[in-house]
Amino acid sequence: MDLVRAIEQDNLRNSFPEVGVGDYVKMHLKIKEGARERIQIFEGYVIARKGGGLSETMTVRRVSYGVGVERILPVHSPRIDKIEIVRKGRVRRAKLYYLRDRVGKSAKITEKLTRHH
Amino acid sequence: MSKFMLGKKAGMTQMFDENGLAIPATVIECGPMVVIQNKTEQTDGYKAVKVAVGDIRIKLVNKPDKGQFEKAGVSAKRHVREFRSEDSFSLGQEIKVSDMFIVGDHVDVSGVSKGKGFAGNIKRHGQKGGPGGHGSMYHRRVGSMGANTTPARVRKGKKLPGHMGAVNCTVQNLNVVLVDGERGILVIRGAIPGPKGGLISIESSVKAN
Repeated sequence: MDLVRAIEQDNLRNSFPEVGVGDYVKMHLKIKEGARERIQIFEGYVIARKGGGLSETMTVRRVSYGVGVERILPVHSPRIDKIEIVRKGRVRRAKLYYLRDRVGKSAKITEKLTRHH
Repeated sequence: MSKFMLGKKAGMTQMFDENGLAIPATVIECGPMVVIQNKTEQTDGYKAVKVAVGDIRIKLVNKPDKGQFEKAGVSAKRHVREFRSEDSFSLGQEIKVSDMFIVGDHVDVSGVSKGKGFAGNIKRHGQKGGPGGHGSMYHRRVGSMGANTTPARVRKGKKLPGHMGAVNCTVQNLNVVLVDGERGILVIRGAIPGPKGGLISIESSVKAN
């Protein structure tokens, strides 16, 4: 198991900020169109983080034009250019699947206010 | 040149390929193997090379093996295996995984598959099984043994329950994803036979193109 860990350690991307469940994030994703590469931004709430090590994923949910869209993204994928945390969320559980049943104001997450030193 | 290596399955994980897609990956621990004998056309009738891995106490080795280790001038090893090879190596030579494989190689991986014990037909032969409910009373049974008067016997090869797994098994045409000679790590795309810690032999693919 140690060697598996070692291999994973080599490939982890530690440059990203720590994203927690409930945070509203902007994911800058590299999209390949033929030979050209461009950045596409997908933004929404992080409603789950799953798995560990190199296989860890996070589920980002947004409602676009009234349709819920969820993307499951490997956290350490080289396709992620940048992760931007717009605001931290104050949540009381690890998986926010209850947001799927909610629309409008009740689907909002209150912002986690941190004390500034 | 035919390539070969002995290793120990360390476990599975995910890696990302050049397109950034996640791929399944098996990590194999390939400590350096030492050459203990070259088999030649004149003495043995065929060409091969005998290699050994895994240090153990000399006490645990039987006399014929001990003699071979002494002849090659190496310490006692747990596993001794032979590979067909046209090349000859010097006795006692250490072969690292980076001497054999490079990223992108196609390989066949052999090992002893995980033992499943006495398994029924559904697990062992992939049969379907009956309905769970509605009074069916036929769930995971074998089914018919065949026709009645003719042939008046059970045909050979009838799929029946029995011991499953723990047999030699080869997975062909896997890709080498990563090679690290310093740490003795070989990463292969896809799954390979056997449990973690099982002895694995890796050879260049017979179907390689």
